[in-house]
Amino acid sequence: MNSSASIAVPLYRLAHGRTGDKGNRSNISVIAYHPALWPVIEAQVSAERVAAHFAARRPSHVARYVLARLQALNFVLDEVLEGGVNSALNLDTHGKALAFDLLQMEVALPADLLMHCKGPQEP
Amino acid sequence: MAHPIPDLTSPRWPGGPASAATPLLVGCGAGFSGDRTDAARPVVDALMAAGQPAVLIFETLAERTLALAQLARERDPQAGYEPLLADLLRPVLADCLAHGIRIVSNFGAANPEGAAACIAALARELGIRVPRMALVLGDDLMGAAHAQALQAACGADWPTARVVSANAYIGAQQIAQALQQDAEIVIAGRVADPALVLGPAAAWHGWAWDDWDLLARGTMAGHLLECGSQVSGGYFADPGYKDVPDLAHVGFPIARIEADGRCTISKPENTGGLINAQTVKEQLLYEVHDPAAYLTPDVVADISQASVTEVGPNQVCLDGVRGHARPSHLKVNVCSERGWLAEAEISYAGAHALARAQLARQIIATRLGAQGRLRCDFIGVASVLGDDDSQWLAQLPSDSSAPRDVRVRWAWEQPTARAAEVLLREVNALYTCGPGGGGGVRTQLRSRLSTVSCLIARDLVACGWRWWRAAGECA
Repeated sequence: MNSSASIAVPLYRLAHGRTGDKGNRSNISVIAYHPALWPVIEAQVSAERVAAHFAARRPSHVARYVLARLQALNFVLDEVLEGGVNSALNLDTHGKALAFDLLQMEVALPADLLMHCKGPQEP
Repeated sequence: MAHPIPDLTSPRWPGGPASAATPLLVGCGAGFSGDRTDAARPVVDALMAAGQPAVLIFETLAERTLALAQLARERDPQAGYEPLLADLLRPVLADCLAHGIRIVSNFGAANPEGAAACIAALARELGIRVPRMALVLGDDLMGAAHAQALQAACGADWPTARVVSANAYIGAQQIAQALQQDAEIVIAGRVADPALVLGPAAAWHGWAWDDWDLLARGTMAGHLLECGSQVSGGYFADPGYKDVPDLAHVGFPIARIEADGRCTISKPENTGGLINAQTVKEQLLYEVHDPAAYLTPDVVADISQASVTEVGPNQVCLDGVRGHARPSHLKVNVCSERGWLAEAEISYAGAHALARAQLARQIIATRLGAQGRLRCDFIGVASVLGDDDSQWLAQLPSDSSAPRDVRVRWAWEQPTARAAEVLLREVNALYTCGPGGGGGVRTQLRSRLSTVSCLIARDLVACGWRWWRAAGECA
């Protein structure tokens, strides 16, 4: 459908999200800003890429859930909070910052979809 | 007052709605212990103006909060409930009672009885009558009667240190029963957060406790409300990408819950914040794992086919939630003591700040050796995104692009306060023994808690509720 050339853009231009925590497990939502951007997100933001993004935190497992009607992904990262709210030495014991960290991931965007992205319209 | 007062003698609370079409309004006045204490006032104003049957909830109990409350109660038998309780209720209690707005909360924490006494004292201070208060009980599993079952359920995870609290997440049925018996305030401890909304919704609409779709819808309405303004523009703003007006006066949410379980989230007029599809989706997925199986004591909610629709300015409808039979077991959190945490910081700024910070990091690591977990962060470079092993910090470039203002922060876990103090002394000694130009040392030492979760058979947890009576009052 989109035959135009792809450009690299950060995910935060296509999607927003929030981190939640329970114990030593984190969940991160990735929600499309626009329906036209959803197929790009669904195709490219894989569990493998998310696991690689957080490799320094050594998640033992990353699950990806697809919520097509909400045009959202939900990632569940096991054992990624260095012990979680009670035992982590990290200042951010909840891992609240993880969603905004993930949104820095680069995706390849067909250039004609740039008009649906947030932020500056120049690539 | 021009506001109409709903007829509370109608059969609606006891025995279900007089009219199947009458929705219930549930407003949220707090989303955690420590939330703004002026948030409930505009919510109550909106509920009064609506003149419909209404409930105000306060959610003030996180995983850690209950253990802290139990420790507070050990020190003072009158304490152990939400410390800000009187501040939360003072602005709204008189109007809620006068206008039939029921109050439902987990602000009882480790001492629902104490919370009720506090509210009675507040009522006397305000010169109003003492409300009819119900206490939800049974979540506290600290007694000897449960010790064996809990140890078996936790298995190898059972803490070796002293257990501070053990609480089951109980469901909404006791809340609903108390409301149907005409309770004006329902005071719970560790109920599942969304039960604060499901209880009133099920009581008002007369939902059956095995109508899983309805229970799931009430539960997810509760999930949207339970974190206060996190659904109405709080914890959402990202300037230029997700702009939210007037967060200084963010409006807390109100759910309109229909008899078929659909809910519409809105907020009071003339408040800040924002409710749109984006804010609701973020909160809908908050702390959710498998969207098809969100586990609660009352129902397994399924939002895999849920949809959100903007139905007006700052009004979003949640639809498509389904439910499955409730789990056979209840989740229990067991909190225990967990040694001590020492934290210390020092700043390096100006020329070669990062290089001096790296040197300080190496010096402290050498001085403390391999005893206990030690973490180091460079605030100004990476305050939270680094790792416990400092691999991330070690690979930072030290060229001219390096930051020129770095605050080094250490965290160290030790079994005793005396052992943990060593970090504080070592960082303080960097003043004279460390790299040049370090300044602004701050240190703190505090005890820690540890939580493990386990599952316990439902019939081992004796949930119930009873009326509160002032000390000395006859039963």
